[in-house]
Amino acid sequence: MSGAQAGTGVSPADPYRIGHYVGFRQGTAGHAARELASKRVIVGYGFWIFLLSDIVMFSTFFASFGVLSGQTAGGPSGKDLFNLTNVAIETACLLFSSFTCGIASIGARTHDNLMYYGGMAVTFVFGASFLYFEMHEFVDLILQGAGPERSAFLSAFFTVVGCHGLHVTLGLMWLLTMVAQVFSKGYRPDILRRVLCFSLFWHTLDIIWVALFTIVYLMGAGQ
Amino acid sequence: MLGKLSWSAIPFDQPIPLAAGALVLIVILAVLAWILVKGYMPYLWREWITSVDHKRIGVMYCLLGLVMLIRGFIDAIMMRSQQALAFRAPGYLPPDHFDQIFSAHGTLMIFFVAMPFVIGLMNFAMPLQLGARDVAFPTLNSVSFWLTATGALLINISLVVGEFSRTGWLAYPPLSELTYSPDVGVDYYLWSVQISGIGTLLTGVNLVTTVLKIHAPGMTYMRMPIFCWTTLASNLLIVAAFPVLTATYAMLLLDRYLGFHFFTNTAGGNMMMFMNLIWMWGHPEVYILILPAFGIYSEVVSTFSRKPLFGYRSMVMATMAICIISFMVWLHHFFTMGAGANVNAIFGIASMIIAVPTGVKIFNWLFTMYGGRVVFAVPMMWAIAFMITFTIGGMTGVLLAVPPADFLVHNSLFLVAHFHNVIIGGVLFGVFAGYTYWFPKAFGFRLHEGWGRAAFWFWVIGFYVAWMPGYVLGLEGMTRRLQHYDVAAWHPWLVIAAFGTVIILLGIISQIVQLFVSIKLREELRDVTGDPWNGRSLEWSTASPPPPFNFGVLPNVEGEEPYWGVKQRAIERGELRPEPEYSEIELPRNSPTGFICAFFATFAGFALIWHIWWLVILSCIGAFITFVIFAWRDRSEYIIPVEEVARLDRANRTARAAWLAANVQAAE
Repeated sequence: MSGAQAGTGVSPADPYRIGHYVGFRQGTAGHAARELASKRVIVGYGFWIFLLSDIVMFSTFFASFGVLSGQTAGGPSGKDLFNLTNVAIETACLLFSSFTCGIASIGARTHDNLMYYGGMAVTFVFGASFLYFEMHEFVDLILQGAGPERSAFLSAFFTVVGCHGLHVTLGLMWLLTMVAQVFSKGYRPDILRRVLCFSLFWHTLDIIWVALFTIVYLMGAGQ
Repeated sequence: MLGKLSWSAIPFDQPIPLAAGALVLIVILAVLAWILVKGYMPYLWREWITSVDHKRIGVMYCLLGLVMLIRGFIDAIMMRSQQALAFRAPGYLPPDHFDQIFSAHGTLMIFFVAMPFVIGLMNFAMPLQLGARDVAFPTLNSVSFWLTATGALLINISLVVGEFSRTGWLAYPPLSELTYSPDVGVDYYLWSVQISGIGTLLTGVNLVTTVLKIHAPGMTYMRMPIFCWTTLASNLLIVAAFPVLTATYAMLLLDRYLGFHFFTNTAGGNMMMFMNLIWMWGHPEVYILILPAFGIYSEVVSTFSRKPLFGYRSMVMATMAICIISFMVWLHHFFTMGAGANVNAIFGIASMIIAVPTGVKIFNWLFTMYGGRVVFAVPMMWAIAFMITFTIGGMTGVLLAVPPADFLVHNSLFLVAHFHNVIIGGVLFGVFAGYTYWFPKAFGFRLHEGWGRAAFWFWVIGFYVAWMPGYVLGLEGMTRRLQHYDVAAWHPWLVIAAFGTVIILLGIISQIVQLFVSIKLREELRDVTGDPWNGRSLEWSTASPPPPFNFGVLPNVEGEEPYWGVKQRAIERGELRPEPEYSEIELPRNSPTGFICAFFATFAGFALIWHIWWLVILSCIGAFITFVIFAWRDRSEYIIPVEEVARLDRANRTARAAWLAANVQAAE
């Protein structure tokens, strides 16, 4: 085989190299060089993709709730059940916890113990209060005879809200783990990357809650 | 204490599953004993089980796929022989067992054969092609693999303890609800798919991040080999589709375990919602499988035609178009639902549109071959067989996408023949091509050519003999999953199909023999230079097998087909590039996290299936502690000293220099 010909990739049967870059665009440095990403970027990027997949999972539950929200099987509907005061308190807890989580991540970046530990502690308290109110609501509904076995609507309601609650629970466990990690290892780069992922996770739960609050509670209470 | 588990779970009265289970157990124990006696255990633990090297994990994925292929194929041959015998007769498989077999066959072949194979090949080849040292999250990669293995293990446990699902490979409700399937079969199915599904999702996250963020300097998107593009598309689909699967099966599990009403007949449940949701995952799933295969064909056709791929950019566009359109066609799996003419028409047209980018690809491969110097090596033979077979399968697919026609052949053997046509002729042939193509890269020696050709001919002829009758049977009105029948016209075709399965069996035997013969003759088949096929992309620029760090120095990519350019310049000059300046390399340390996690996941899955709640809690705590211990380690990397890097890279340079000298001499 003639090396020179093959070297430029031109073959007698494909002289125009259709579908390949030709001429000046081939290998122009500024256009071509993709920067090598830092570890922090890679970890954050990967975790974002994971969070997107989590959002897709929630959207499946939302879709099922949308399909089933009218299927009360003669039982209570959202209008009969939802207590918007309770939901408002839950929302306040979660939104404030997102703010304090932001404070904590600034504290982690600046190695400020007060901001980090203080922020994490307040986040934990707000997160736990949110869970308390949610549990309270669930127990209330079940005692009223409006548990998830009652109707398809209630099955979908408990699933989509419960899945978010489960995420908050796991988030709280993660939060405690991160506090313990910083306490025992200090602000090491790999631990800071985990704190970054944790805060992304926590903010995402907020975004999902906003959707939940709107689609499940506000629209449900209006029905 | 043990939930629903008791001695009655073991089918002492059914000889077939018991004998099969005993056989599997004996094989496993024999292999274990052999490993222990030979003292290979520490080596296996150190170099494979705890390995976070993408190449090792890729190989383990492929091995899992190969073993499960044999298991799934035994199911296939049982079904085909049952149907050949069951004309106006009961056959030898009782309905209860037959139903478990077709459910297990589909589940195994999709989730535990095709998926591990394509994920294994992506894992192995993609970082090498990008010029990367490893994937973005190496330990996560190991967790993914072992969770997939857990799923496969749970399905195989169902052979002996309890029973498997009888509800087909997608567990349609209401049949799969507790009312109609009260035993643990469906639970085995659901938990094994859920656990392995988490593994697959994590792989998706990992590989998308790798393609988009990890690469050699200068490896821009439009310089990536097509296999990297198809890997990206396939993993984007995993990230977008697998959460839907997880959520849907979570709902079915809630129905079964806690009395929810998502898909039940009562209290407002809606089983057609299940069909919509499951196919919103299920249709992208087939593209998750086929896109990497398309990537493999692109690499193989270009390499063995000794030409750059024709229409590279249109190939990229076609890949990404398929990636997007595959999310808009799910309803064609149930045109008969009654969604109305307009909805069916839209989904029918969308399904036919997918044939356009696929056709673009076929023409690109053909034009790549046109005017090339085609070398009929085994991977290229698979690629050519694929082009013919897949075109037939694609055309029957377009036929099925026409709603009125679909009403006639829906749920018939015509459909079954169609998807076997595209999955065997597309995915499996691609996997075999990739297996033959990258085997020397993974192990340092080629697979035996003669046995490879034998396997090829048996498989291809066997496929046509086994599945072309399916089209006829479907048009004659035979529905799928029949345990017995009394239509005389069907019988000869089913006998022919069973005969075809026997030919495929010879193909599989040839592949097993090929593996053993190749290992035995490895010195003759040795790949000294690391470039056995005269390759074009970066994986061929390093040694076979590659060192743990893949490349002595990260390659500097200056165009498409980077290794081809480097190689041609070396041939012109008659010498290799000057030796680069080596430096020490940091690599991730091995970790047993993945294996231990899967250990707990296995117990958690088993306990969930049998309602052993204390064990569920214990396993979850165990998995959490495993992660915390992993998070607490202080050193996550080890250093390969510069002398070692230089030694390994120089050894490869010497081999290549010798090859170059011989070649330049030959040219003169």
